[in-house]
Amino acid sequence: MSLSVHLPALQVVLPLLSAPLAVLLRHGGFAFAIVTAGAWAAFAIAIGLWLQVGESGTISYHIGSWPPPWGIEYRVDRLASFVLLLVSGIAAIVLPYSRASIEREVPRDLHYLYYAMFGLCLTGLLGIVITGDAFNIFVFLEISSLSTYVLIAMGRDRRALAAAYRYLIMGSIGATFIVIGIGFLYLTTGTLNLVDMAERLRAVESSRPVLAALAFITVGVSLKLALFPLHQWLPNAYTYAPSAVTAFLAATATKVSVYVLIRFWYSVFGESLIFEKLPLPQILLLLSLAAMFVASFTAIFQDNLKRLFAYSSVGQIGYITLGMSFDSVNGLNAAILHLFNHGITKAAIFLLIGGMVLGLAKAGAVPPAPTFDRLAGLAKRMPLTCFGIVIAGLSLIGVPGTAGFVSKWYLILAALEKGQFWIVGAILLSSLLAIAYVWRFVEVAYFKPAPEGTTRQEAPLSMLIPAWILVIGTIWFGLDTSFTVGTATEAAQQLVKVGR
Amino acid sequence: MSALALAFVIPLLGAVGIALAGKSPNLRESITLATAVLLFGTVLQLLDPVLAGERPELVLFEILPGLSIAFKVEPLGMLFGLIASGLWIVNSVYSIGYMRGNDEKHQTRFYVCFALSLASALAIAFAANLLTLFLFYELLTLMTYPLVTHAGTDKARAGGRTYLAILMGTSILFLLPAVIYVWHLTGTTEFQAGGILPANMDKGEVAILLALFMFGIGKAALMPFHRWLPAAMVAPTPVSALLHAVAVVKAGVFSVVKVVVYVFGIDTLTGATDWLVAISGFTIIAASIVALNADNLKRRLAYSTVSQLSYVILAAAILAPLSIVGAALHIAAHAFGKITLFFAAGSIYTAAHKTEVSQLDGIGKRMPWTMAAFTVGALSLIGIPPFAGFISKWFIMSGAWATQNVLAAAVILASTLLNAAYFLPIVHRAFFRPLSAEAEQHPHGEAPLPMLIALTFTAVLTTAMFFFPDTALRLAEGVAASLKAMPE
Amino acid sequence: MSSGGVVEHFSYIVTVFLMVAGLYVVMARGNLIKKLVGLSVFQTSVYLLYIAPGKLIGGTAPILAPQYTVYSNPLPHVLILTAIVVGVATLALGLAITVRIRETYGTIEEDEIIAADNAVQVAEDVRS
Repeated sequence: MSLSVHLPALQVVLPLLSAPLAVLLRHGGFAFAIVTAGAWAAFAIAIGLWLQVGESGTISYHIGSWPPPWGIEYRVDRLASFVLLLVSGIAAIVLPYSRASIEREVPRDLHYLYYAMFGLCLTGLLGIVITGDAFNIFVFLEISSLSTYVLIAMGRDRRALAAAYRYLIMGSIGATFIVIGIGFLYLTTGTLNLVDMAERLRAVESSRPVLAALAFITVGVSLKLALFPLHQWLPNAYTYAPSAVTAFLAATATKVSVYVLIRFWYSVFGESLIFEKLPLPQILLLLSLAAMFVASFTAIFQDNLKRLFAYSSVGQIGYITLGMSFDSVNGLNAAILHLFNHGITKAAIFLLIGGMVLGLAKAGAVPPAPTFDRLAGLAKRMPLTCFGIVIAGLSLIGVPGTAGFVSKWYLILAALEKGQFWIVGAILLSSLLAIAYVWRFVEVAYFKPAPEGTTRQEAPLSMLIPAWILVIGTIWFGLDTSFTVGTATEAAQQLVKVGR
Repeated sequence: MSALALAFVIPLLGAVGIALAGKSPNLRESITLATAVLLFGTVLQLLDPVLAGERPELVLFEILPGLSIAFKVEPLGMLFGLIASGLWIVNSVYSIGYMRGNDEKHQTRFYVCFALSLASALAIAFAANLLTLFLFYELLTLMTYPLVTHAGTDKARAGGRTYLAILMGTSILFLLPAVIYVWHLTGTTEFQAGGILPANMDKGEVAILLALFMFGIGKAALMPFHRWLPAAMVAPTPVSALLHAVAVVKAGVFSVVKVVVYVFGIDTLTGATDWLVAISGFTIIAASIVALNADNLKRRLAYSTVSQLSYVILAAAILAPLSIVGAALHIAAHAFGKITLFFAAGSIYTAAHKTEVSQLDGIGKRMPWTMAAFTVGALSLIGIPPFAGFISKWFIMSGAWATQNVLAAAVILASTLLNAAYFLPIVHRAFFRPLSAEAEQHPHGEAPLPMLIALTFTAVLTTAMFFFPDTALRLAEGVAASLKAMPE
Repeated sequence: MSSGGVVEHFSYIVTVFLMVAGLYVVMARGNLIKKLVGLSVFQTSVYLLYIAPGKLIGGTAPILAPQYTVYSNPLPHVLILTAIVVGVATLALGLAITVRIRETYGTIEEDEIIAADNAVQVAEDVRS
């Protein structure tokens, strides 16, 4: 039996194995090597799965050869393969970067634990995406969440601890809501397999427990994906976590939660329940608009660059959920595209900021917070870092030629399709807010005089290269869209077809 | 590599070269000049094929089906490209004198951004579709922003913020939705002779879409979105001269004409442009009146530019083939005239450190070359023969007569008087008033030689275009011919 | 719902009570330990939610034997076993973070922590 049949299992198992090995070795260097190897293997497998799905359609893998609905099924469709690629790809890029980045940001005796937690977090996120079993989603969610709390708490600033605690409380409430929802679904359908569940739900649609389940799951997932106004945990967590962690989380954790929401809404509950019988799209539309405006507006006034882009993330998540609220192939397409495009853009920005804070630190000291007063004239000192942030910033704004433009284009198209011109106006207006916060950085970094005696001093190459791979990615996916748009469109069509 | 591709590669390579040669000013400036000359030569190579009816093309990327970054040279773009790249040579000569004469800082950044701005301007000139146009329109804003804030003072940064806010704001709020809407309606953003929008579109819808375009193209400085242009005057004078009299503002009106001719077409637009005639007419008059009251020379020139830009919009809005010829010619005529005026203003600043009109008494005796050139530029903009401005105004007037557009004709006449009223007093002061007591104590001569060469040359160009308008005219007629769809 | 609600739905009522009480404690208490206690109560209510419907009075473990005909559903039990592990891990991690917070902040009262953070913020602002 060929190995390629078992790729779905290996996708999760390899990073899962790397984590305890890292703990057993108790050595930063070995831990780094083994977890990085695990992440790269996962990335390779994700590519393999993406190709397999392209050739032969949705893959259904039966763990232990127990056929569903009795056994646990791993299911890879177009959307799952796309998100798997994003998650494992970002991990494969962030891990090599971590080596230099955590050197100062995390106490040295904790390094091996950092890698172990990273491996677990990756496992959890991949597991959520790949599994076709409702309870499994909860378990993987908790694996990723618990390791995330630890990763955030590793930040040197003591506020990282408070942020981690807060996230732990909010995250656990969210996860418990999800598991309550899944419980209701299990009680009404008697199955945990998502496909099976969806079929049985058609018979009992909109009975009270089903509605309760929908409510619990939606709220729970919304907490995890930081849907406005459930985003309070996010800014502090992103600000005080080690830079590499922030980059990884910003690109993957919230995105995977979006995936869970799409999965439950479209594949399990079905569009007719979500979009026709309930006012969910209207609610989601309003919350998305609120996120786009309130969070982006808040971002403008932040003094800490990390926090600024954290708020920007909340705003950008608004675009993703806005796309979902349209209930159309183009809208869902835009959501999936933006999930990917924003993921790589934001990861690039946070990676570059990580290099920046390292450069701001005095020799051997703990890196300071990247507040604006420290960034004056930074472009002279770190031209590549600053230029990278500008390019990624343009993608956040949605300038043509960057990835952000492509997803916004589809978003606007979806709004036009619905004939809702005012939403088009709102999308563009909120882009102006993005200009404002990106430009604050540009003005300070490029046009404020640098302190006397500034010399050129870039971040180490092991950090610049991964960051710039992503920066180039934001341009690449803005010009050559065959991969992203092709996959997202196929995924959206598949979901909408199943949901009907 | 085709000449078209080279037209983008040369300034980009030039920018890299300039950046690398930053340590050695002489080498850096030689590279700038060489790049400018090479670029002009390359663009010139495209002229003959275009005049012969060819339309060289280049497709870079296809982002989405029907949505690509592509270039295609047509007569209007050719004209704009020639002007921008040609004047860049002159302006580089002038910049060298100005930047050294005033001991400016960050000169390397200045020249790099200049080269990149030119590359963006050419990309706008040769854009084959709205998306490409939009992309490079934004890039031009971004590339010129460091030039506007060059001084790095609070005032410069504030000016830069206004500049960016208005240009970026209008383009994202109005232009982008317009582009998207065109794509939504037609499935393409490709420029085509005769327009791509259906001729039977609802007139109200046409008017709204046209308004989105006209106000979205903030670089054309149609009121009330003109404030960025005076704000941009905090920049060093060479920037005001080439970018805010030629490349950037002309990119604006160029886009306006391009959209009117190649997106809407005369059939779609007929009957939907009355408001545009009115508002551009208002801009012409109002800006002239502001110019009349401005004492700061550069501010007066800036408002004069606002007013002159609306000539082009007005000409396009008249919708007569003759006025379209006039619009295209005015892009050239105003470019030559206004760059001369700015060069003169910069010379005065460099040699005499004077910025206000009221300080210019008797300056013509000390700077005869400068003020003679200034006079040529001023007369041309008023529309007096034998200077270029006369030709373009003639065609616009003829277009207004041909369509019996009384309002447009009246506006042109009134503004001619206003132009005379705000330019001639300066000439009068310079040549016929005695030097003030204060100026007597600070003797000065002419500006550095490179600057003199540059402004004399542009003054000659202004005159030459009156006597040899042939090439410009043929290109302009090519544009007018595209108003109606040609059987291909 | 049919008549006689209270007795018939006894387990549900307890579940809902625990759920709401737990959630209330999490939100209303400022002491980090008490919050964790609330969170645990909240999570425990879920265990009940799953297990109660799976248990049949008089049912046995699902082992096929001739003398038994009524079986309890084993799946919820298995699931909740996992959930309990998750809950314990969450609690342990929460307590560990609380210990660290106590070490660095010197308090485990939420309002005092926020006050300390704000003080740091002000100090940073003054310095810059």
